[in-house]
Amino acid sequence: MSQNLTVTTPSDLEVKMVRVFDAPLGLVFDAHSSCEHVKHWWGRGNPLDCEMDFRVGGAWRFVEHAPDGDWAFRGEYREIEAPNRIVQTFEFEGMPGQICVETLELTEDAGKTTVTSVTRFNTKEERDGMIESGMSEGAGQSYDALAAYLAKLS
Amino acid sequence: MDRLSEVFSALADPTRRAILARLAEGEATVNQIAEPFPISLQAVSKHLKVLERAGLITRGIQAQWRPCRLDAAPLRGVAEWVTEYQRFWEERYDELGTYLTKIQKEN
Repeated sequence: MSQNLTVTTPSDLEVKMVRVFDAPLGLVFDAHSSCEHVKHWWGRGNPLDCEMDFRVGGAWRFVEHAPDGDWAFRGEYREIEAPNRIVQTFEFEGMPGQICVETLELTEDAGKTTVTSVTRFNTKEERDGMIESGMSEGAGQSYDALAAYLAKLS
Repeated sequence: MDRLSEVFSALADPTRRAILARLAEGEATVNQIAEPFPISLQAVSKHLKVLERAGLITRGIQAQWRPCRLDAAPLRGVAEWVTEYQRFWEERYDELGTYLTKIQKEN
C-alpha cells in the first residue's frame, strides 16, 4: 500500500487528505477538470462513466464499475479558481441526501504539486451516518490493525 | 460535545495520536508516555485528560502509579471509517500519480 497519502481529522466535522504529485500544478488541476482525464484515474483502475459540467453551478456524476458493483457519486461545483482551488459537493448515491463539501487546494513547489482536500460534513448526523455505515462493513478489526492505523496517522 | 465529536477532536492532534499508538502496544504510566515527546509532563497530562474525556483511555486508580490504558471501543468506528476512506483515496491517487507520469512522458 502506498504511504504517500496522509489522512487526518482536523476538526470534529472534517477529514483532511494531503498528497504530493510529481507533476506541475497546471497538469494536476487539468486532471481534475475534464472527463477525458478523470476517466483515467478516478475509477481506481475500474471503468468509469463520467459526466462533468466544469463551471460554478455545474454538476458532475461519476459511476465506477468495480468488481463488487457499480458505485455512483454526484455533486456540484461551487467555486473554481484555476489552477489553485475547487470547491464541490460530494454525495454517494447509495446514501442519498448526505452531502459533504469538498475543498481541494493545489500548490506547487519545485515542480511537485501538493493536493490538500478537506471534506466537511454538514452536520453531526451526516458524519455519524457515514461512520456507522463503515462500521457495519468492517466490524471486528483487530487491535494490531488499530495500532498500525494509529502509527500511520502519527 | 457528543462522544463522536470528542473522538474526532481528540484524533485531530498528532501528539494525542502518537499517545494512542503507544497505548495500543500496552498500558503505560504518564512518565513512560511522556518520554519520547519534547514537551512537558504537564502538557502530556493535558492531552491525557482530553483522551480520557473522549473515552479513549482509562486510568488506574492507584494514586502514584496510574497506568493509562487504551479503550478502543469509541475509536473503532472512526478508525475503520477513516481507514476505508484512506484505502479508497490511496487507490485513486495512486492511479492519478501513474497517469500524470504517463502523460508527461507523452508530451
